[in-house]
Amino acid sequence: MSGFYTLLHKELLRFWKVGLQSIFAPMIATLIYLLIFSHILEERAQAYPGVTYTTFLIPGLVMMTMLQNAFSNSSSSLIQSKISGSIVFVLLSPLSYMEIFVAYVLASIARGLLVGTGVYLVTLIFFDMPLQSLLWVFIFALIGNGFLGALGIIAAIWAEKFDQLAAFQNFVILPLTFLSGVFYTIHSLPPFWEDLSHFNPFFYVIDGFRYGFFGVSDISPYFSLTIVAICFLTVSWITLQMLKTGYKLRQ
Amino acid sequence: MIPAIEVKQVYKHYGSVDALLGIDLEIKQGEFFALLGPNGAGKTTLINVLAGLTLPSNGVASIMGHDVVTSYREARRIVGVVPQELVFDPFFSVRETLSIQSGYYGLRNNDTWIDEILYHLGLRDKENANMRTLSGGMKRRVLVAQALVHKPPVIILDEPTAGVDVELRQSLWHFIKQLNRDGHTIVLTTHYLDEAEALCSRVAMLKQGKIVALDSTKNLINNANGCLIRLRLSSDTLPSELQPLLESYTEGCFILRVNNYSKIESVLAALRIAQVRVLEMELMQPDLKEVFVKIMGNAENLEPV
Repeated sequence: MSGFYTLLHKELLRFWKVGLQSIFAPMIATLIYLLIFSHILEERAQAYPGVTYTTFLIPGLVMMTMLQNAFSNSSSSLIQSKISGSIVFVLLSPLSYMEIFVAYVLASIARGLLVGTGVYLVTLIFFDMPLQSLLWVFIFALIGNGFLGALGIIAAIWAEKFDQLAAFQNFVILPLTFLSGVFYTIHSLPPFWEDLSHFNPFFYVIDGFRYGFFGVSDISPYFSLTIVAICFLTVSWITLQMLKTGYKLRQ
Repeated sequence: MIPAIEVKQVYKHYGSVDALLGIDLEIKQGEFFALLGPNGAGKTTLINVLAGLTLPSNGVASIMGHDVVTSYREARRIVGVVPQELVFDPFFSVRETLSIQSGYYGLRNNDTWIDEILYHLGLRDKENANMRTLSGGMKRRVLVAQALVHKPPVIILDEPTAGVDVELRQSLWHFIKQLNRDGHTIVLTTHYLDEAEALCSRVAMLKQGKIVALDSTKNLINNANGCLIRLRLSSDTLPSELQPLLESYTEGCFILRVNNYSKIESVLAALRIAQVRVLEMELMQPDLKEVFVKIMGNAENLEPV
């Protein structure tokens, strides 16, 4: 268990030591999004009755930045150590594949939560945010970050170069987060795009997360939770199989 | 006694490339063992199989009786591997690196032993330096230190002295010899055959994924078909009865090969009878280098398996 704790500690230190870039920078970027979109769209759009556009936007932006940072944490850590070769120190150690998996995912969750909480706290200074159920908020934050943390491990194991990982990030993660209903409710979309959004797992993460704040959402939070949990478990299982068989790592 | 390392019929294929072709090897506890071979012979692949960095395509390998695949946790706990590539984690200092490495093995408060390793490897004044700032030789020392943090009974060093200055080579081998005396099993690869000859009691030579020689260093050298005599003579021609022994003629010297030392007497006798005077004579002991070159040459003609 102690070996696991060391790896977790190292993974936490890794992003903590460069906190300016790993925590502060994404916070600023998210707050800039908030500033711009709320300024432009505040008067023109309303998602739910009685909820201003800006307050609607905040949970979505918080979750979006959490997902991106959770993904980026595990994937960048793994690809860097893979390409520099320092991954051997973990591979040589008696750590089990399960311990390696859990350590990387927990570090991703930690970074996601730190960035998300940071953005949320700053917005509290300027906006009056409702909070219907902290439990829903927390559950979706936890599973959403875990899901993306595991996805980051898969992407980094699969990628052989930095640009392959960047491609995964730019062509898969980024569109899925942007098109997940962060900036709008999917009911406002044309039917085709609304239907298509139901195939985006990130939509359920954001919709469920938002439910925790407003007590309203596009679909039932229980349904969202089921979908998100299935996604997380599936991706985790795939990651564990990759680690267990040494796919691309123990060749 | 359980062998420190046991390898049975290990094969490793990368697509159509065969890196290992049926390796069988047993290394006893307490041995100082060398794996020799030209680049691409499969030394590193074999070490990676033992370290769990590469899964074998076929066959089994174990460290102190623990299968490296099925009981990987036990196997990895008792082996320390110095990888050939100069790798490091740029986020940490030397001491942090070693503390983290200890932690992976479940060791906390390992500072006394870390201090000792740092001292023996001449890293004391660099312990707080970031890994990025170290020179190549210093990074190599840290790699050795990392392999030793958990006091592994079996230590595998993949070219630990590549690109390392003479001073460190000496202090490194001094430290490793001491570990060997304390009972640690040492396996190393090196391209410096004089190092292997001086240190290792047993040698395996690999070529194209196969073991082509496996014996004690002493036997390998003794079986090297006698020794060579370098002679500078008063005459330009060699007496005819000595012609069959002639190995080469360079820089005015005849180099003769004799099967054993008693033959030297008859060579001198033949020269005396032919009234040729010996101006200079040197007995050239066969060394591991000569054996290596010869075995690698002969292995050229091996039947493909």
